[in-house]
Amino acid sequence: MWLMRPLQERSTRIFLGVLFASLALVSVLHVFMPQDSALYVSAYTVTLLGKYLCYALLAVAVDLVWGYLGILSLGHGAFFALGGYAMGMYLMRQIGDRGVYGDPLLPDFMVFLNWQELPWYWLGFDMAWFAFVMVLLAPGILALVFGFLAFRSRVTGVYLSIITQALTFALMLAFFRNEMGLGGNNGLTDFKDMLGFDLRTDATRLGLFIATGIALAMGYLICRGIVTSKLGRVSVACRDAEARTRFLGYRVERVQLFVFVVSAMLAGVAGALYVPQVGIINPSEFSPLFSIEVVVWVALGGRATLYGAVIGAILVNYGKTVFTGIMPDAWLFALGGLFVLVTVFLPKGIAGLLFKPRKSSDASNTPPAKEATA
Amino acid sequence: MSILQELTNRDRVFEFLAPAQSPVDVRHGPILYLEDVNVSFDGFKAINNLNLTIDDGELRCIIGPNGAGKTTMMDIITGKTRPDTGSVWFGSRHNLLTLSEPDIASLGIGRKFQKPTVFEALTVFENLELAMAADKRVFPTLTALMTPEYRDRIDEVLEMIGLKELRQALAGILSHGQKQWLEIGMLLMQKPRLLLVDEPVAGMTEQEMERTAELLTSLAGKQSVVVVEHDMGFVRSIARKVTVLHQGSVLAEGSMDQVSNDPEVIKVYLGEEA
Repeated sequence: MWLMRPLQERSTRIFLGVLFASLALVSVLHVFMPQDSALYVSAYTVTLLGKYLCYALLAVAVDLVWGYLGILSLGHGAFFALGGYAMGMYLMRQIGDRGVYGDPLLPDFMVFLNWQELPWYWLGFDMAWFAFVMVLLAPGILALVFGFLAFRSRVTGVYLSIITQALTFALMLAFFRNEMGLGGNNGLTDFKDMLGFDLRTDATRLGLFIATGIALAMGYLICRGIVTSKLGRVSVACRDAEARTRFLGYRVERVQLFVFVVSAMLAGVAGALYVPQVGIINPSEFSPLFSIEVVVWVALGGRATLYGAVIGAILVNYGKTVFTGIMPDAWLFALGGLFVLVTVFLPKGIAGLLFKPRKSSDASNTPPAKEATA
Repeated sequence: MSILQELTNRDRVFEFLAPAQSPVDVRHGPILYLEDVNVSFDGFKAINNLNLTIDDGELRCIIGPNGAGKTTMMDIITGKTRPDTGSVWFGSRHNLLTLSEPDIASLGIGRKFQKPTVFEALTVFENLELAMAADKRVFPTLTALMTPEYRDRIDEVLEMIGLKELRQALAGILSHGQKQWLEIGMLLMQKPRLLLVDEPVAGMTEQEMERTAELLTSLAGKQSVVVVEHDMGFVRSIARKVTVLHQGSVLAEGSMDQVSNDPEVIKVYLGEEA
């Protein structure tokens, strides 16, 4: 079974071991340490870590298409946000009549806009299973349609990157409009509970953190399963010599489409887990800048390793949390400087320092260094 | 009555019911048969009444000055270019002019281009694995397993192309000659009946040329091999039968000695070197 194959790898076992150990450690420190202890992990920190894990899953999704398929997507934030909106719509319907206006059916912003009935696309989002399916389907279908058109026309390289930017920018503009019925520039917020659990309690926050960790582990296994399969080697072949791969009889556009859709769905899951933890989803998640930041995390962590993407996402966002607390204005300069330094001195990213490729099959996944600047 | 008998006869499969991938019929000798082929690009006659027959298992060298139509001929056989007139048959059953490029490739015609393209980020073994004749759709590829039969097949080809020790090496670190052999190996993984090899020794050292000559001669017999080459020394070392193309048609055909003594050939081609 292709999903189980990565478990035989040393790097996957180490990754999963470290991940689950961290989850357990944080949980234990949060629950059993007295509040005044230096080792106590506050609920705020748990949620912050949960947010990092969501970003890590998004980074893994980006690394799958960029590192192994050579498709530099500068619009993965769109899939992340769509998953987030699907979850947000479910959470909005869970509020019921506890909103400010107390309308049993309509969310507050619709009452405010004087809407009389629920738009058709909000139907079904009161059911958790429907919302969770839409978390996968909404980004998946967008990726399927977009990818089908782009890959069939053999749009690749920098042109594809530009189009993905345009895609997320267009969606951002659309979601800013009140007429979309998704809360306009305020987005969706004021969530109360999820699956019957109160989102403001510490226990629910811890549960969401652990759920995010498990989602990251599963997403990592799926991606690793793909890249260690023959399809993963075909992806690398598409990345490096597309015409040659086609000549061998592979339908390159279908390989690209499949991997792209899987990646978009994983990004959607990351967004869906992000929303209940930060308590809001608004169109700023669609902003092109965010999608570019994700690419920077992956480049810093190390392309085409998957665990590098996780390391990059967590470290950069930790840096961002610390840095924006001290010198908010300098953060973007710091990020840009870091990006330049890493591409010049560590072309394989931080992951390149951790594991020296022992044999060729590890090295096989490392693309030529110069592409990291693309 | 006889029609009824014919219709109920179970020994025979009607043409329209026969699978498209029916085996290549070489009972009559030739595996490739080109007759009166003409191609012109904007009035320029690239191929002019070309007639060529390759026998099953034959190793044939094709030489000719630049612009003689060698590459265009390869393009016609692989379906990349369609001729204006003429007929091209693979065995006596498959009319290549009615088939698409991928169909022709899957029938068993493999082509090696001049510039070697291998997947540099993958190992030699993995390069051969991807080239292997198998179900190439997305999901079968995702769940594909390396079976002992596949491994044996890859080992067999590794042995033939002499890269057995380098199986786990990245294709990117191979020398130019080794890349050429790997690419020939990738063609062999698809179990071709006919190999079209375009300038295999361009840029090779003497020793590499010798190895390539051995490889190509060892392939003949099992596969039919057509080699287009400029290097006369190399052609002399492998050729049993040589075809000289000139201005889109066959100028001479025969053994290397016959051909190189042909006054016409000396005039248009060999003369420059002699």
